[in-house]
Amino acid sequence: MERHFDGELMDLKKDLMQMAAFVQDAIANSLEALRTLSKEEALEIIDDDKKIDEWELKIDEECLELLALRQPMAVDLRFITMAMKISTDLERMADLAVDIAQRVLDLADKPLLKPLVDIPKLSQLAQLVIKNVIEAFVKKDPGLAGKVILLDKEADKLRNQVQGELIEYMAKDGTTTSRAVPLLLIARHLERICDHATNIAEDVIYMVQAKVVKHHPEELS
Amino acid sequence: MRKDITQKIGFSFLFICMAITMLFLVGIILFVTSKGLKVISWEFLTQAPRNAMTAGGVAPAIVGTFYLTLIAILFALPLGLACAIYLCEYSPKGAIVNILRISINNLAGVPSVVFGLFGLAVFVKFFKFGVSMLSGGLSLGILVLPLIISATQEALQAVPYSIREASLALGATKWQTIKKVVLPSALPGIITGVILSIGRVAGETAPILFTAAAFYLKGYPKSIFSEVMALPYHIYALMTEGAHPDKQTAIAYGCSLILLLLVLSVSFIAIIIRQKQRSKCYGL
Amino acid sequence: MGYKVRIRVENVDFYYGCVQALKSINMDIFSNQVTAIIGPSGCGKSTFIRLLNRMNELIVNSTVAGNIYLDGEDIFDSRIDPVDIRRRIGMVFQKPNPFPKSIFENISYGLEVNGIKDRYYIEERVVSSLKKAVLWNEVKDRLKESALKLSGGQQQRLCIARCLAVEPEVILFDEPCASLDPISTAKIEELILELKKDYTIVIVTHNMQQAARVSDYTAFFLLGELIEVGETHNIFTAPKDKKTEAYITGRFG
Repeated sequence: MERHFDGELMDLKKDLMQMAAFVQDAIANSLEALRTLSKEEALEIIDDDKKIDEWELKIDEECLELLALRQPMAVDLRFITMAMKISTDLERMADLAVDIAQRVLDLADKPLLKPLVDIPKLSQLAQLVIKNVIEAFVKKDPGLAGKVILLDKEADKLRNQVQGELIEYMAKDGTTTSRAVPLLLIARHLERICDHATNIAEDVIYMVQAKVVKHHPEELS
Repeated sequence: MRKDITQKIGFSFLFICMAITMLFLVGIILFVTSKGLKVISWEFLTQAPRNAMTAGGVAPAIVGTFYLTLIAILFALPLGLACAIYLCEYSPKGAIVNILRISINNLAGVPSVVFGLFGLAVFVKFFKFGVSMLSGGLSLGILVLPLIISATQEALQAVPYSIREASLALGATKWQTIKKVVLPSALPGIITGVILSIGRVAGETAPILFTAAAFYLKGYPKSIFSEVMALPYHIYALMTEGAHPDKQTAIAYGCSLILLLLVLSVSFIAIIIRQKQRSKCYGL
Repeated sequence: MGYKVRIRVENVDFYYGCVQALKSINMDIFSNQVTAIIGPSGCGKSTFIRLLNRMNELIVNSTVAGNIYLDGEDIFDSRIDPVDIRRRIGMVFQKPNPFPKSIFENISYGLEVNGIKDRYYIEERVVSSLKKAVLWNEVKDRLKESALKLSGGQQQRLCIARCLAVEPEVILFDEPCASLDPISTAKIEELILELKKDYTIVIVTHNMQQAARVSDYTAFFLLGELIEVGETHNIFTAPKDKKTEAYITGRFG
């Protein structure tokens, strides 16, 4: 039986997808700005963040209304409550893109430290993880979400590597600090982006299967 | 506009019918009262007849009617109540109940003179009660039995099933439910049945013709095996066998008036009882 | 958890004539818990609940198969008196059905038919039942008045008090709020939550939100079968059966 409510749920899903698309773009743009060290691009990213904040508020309000007015149960209830959490994680990811843009501003006038192999690797991983988790959400695929969660370990490893290298650099040559620290922070930002994507993946699994894997990695079969 | 006029015509027609009916009713009352009032006196009501039914009173007939009614109701009420309770509450639903119901309705259609003959054969002759208050009362009782059964059945069926369910759900047996819940609720309806029965019994002539009634008795009945005078029979006898029509016609009207008043006052008392019962149960 | 099983339903089938109304029902009803029975119209939930206090056998031409155990005793055993079962398992009906008697007499009735004659005891029980049903304050000055003068919500609470007076072990509610306004409904739901401390409660309701608010266990019936039964919070957040989910999300029925 087609319900009016199904239309509203579809609208909520579309809104989340739209917000996710904006966040995906913001992150891609920030990594592009990092590659080109472009001040203009970085400033644009910082400016665009307001739009994403508005989307979070819009989705939160939508969810609240649906809870109050439709008394959702079971799968609908799980979807709406998880939608609220996913929008929060998406907004944090966008904030991290802004942080990366800030670091680009810090680095813009300085010579590059060294062709850092690992930060691009980490960037690629972050973008892959975001793409996969959004797909898992859209397709309601818990298997794909599970893979995203497993990739988080990779992200942690890469960040530690970058951290280690940069600390070595700074130890050897104190003048590199003003260039090394932003890079170190960027690595952290990218790892945090992966963490938020992991959160979203856990929410997707709960939404589809009612299985709680949050804080219980052993549940991931 | 057509609909409106049609409605007005319809209502007017109904009103006219109602008026005609009321006319008959009022007419009878006025007629009987006007012709009978002049003989009513204290003597009339309390003294026995004298002088070959041309003087004195009709007290024995009043008393006789009262006793006959009493016996009839005492016989028919418990029996009728029990039958109705059985039919309504205990009998298995189906063909048997329907046959029983039809039979009872047929009993109601039997002409009253047949009850008289039946009473003569069974009570007067077979049981050897003789022509007596007992035979007459019992014959009248059988006459009125279907009436009581029908009225009681309807009253019982009007009690909603939900009340019975409520009682059973508390751990009451079926009989407890009937005794303590259904019967008290049905009482107003049962009382109505009794009122109608009393009216019927008091006024019936044919059943008591052969079984109870006498025209001229010296005194009041000594026992249930004595003959009795009765108002309806007295009226009949005065009008058909009386030797002095000039005086006796008036007496006949006097008896009619008494009979009418008797039945009306019984109705009135029963209505009061019913109203009190209703307000106790339903708070109306 | 540790609630003991009060009523155990084992392989119960029920027929109206030749029509099978209940198929192979198996479930447990726990002490001092509220078990809600939900399902679309005609699914057999009223039929089921009326089986528990043997009210259904008053309908001619019905057959039961299977066992229902109350505290381990089979209620259909020939040595058991159904009248006694009905005292131990009380029922509150969909439409309030107080007797056309006074408020006091409505409640003392149950005690009288169960043989209690002591006037002081009866009075005490009437008062305590009315208090338990949260009706005492509203009627204490008019116990002799007809029960039919009360409002719908008050009448239903009177019926609950009437049921409590005979000290049942289990109370069955058959859509008790179906004919009541929202405020009366809320009062009765609060009452049910209080009553479960002392009684085992089974409630049939077509209102899912009510089942969600009031019950600890929920059983979903469909076309005479028990589809799923479980703890209420699980049924309403993550039901196991697709049919249950379709029903509670309103996708059918």
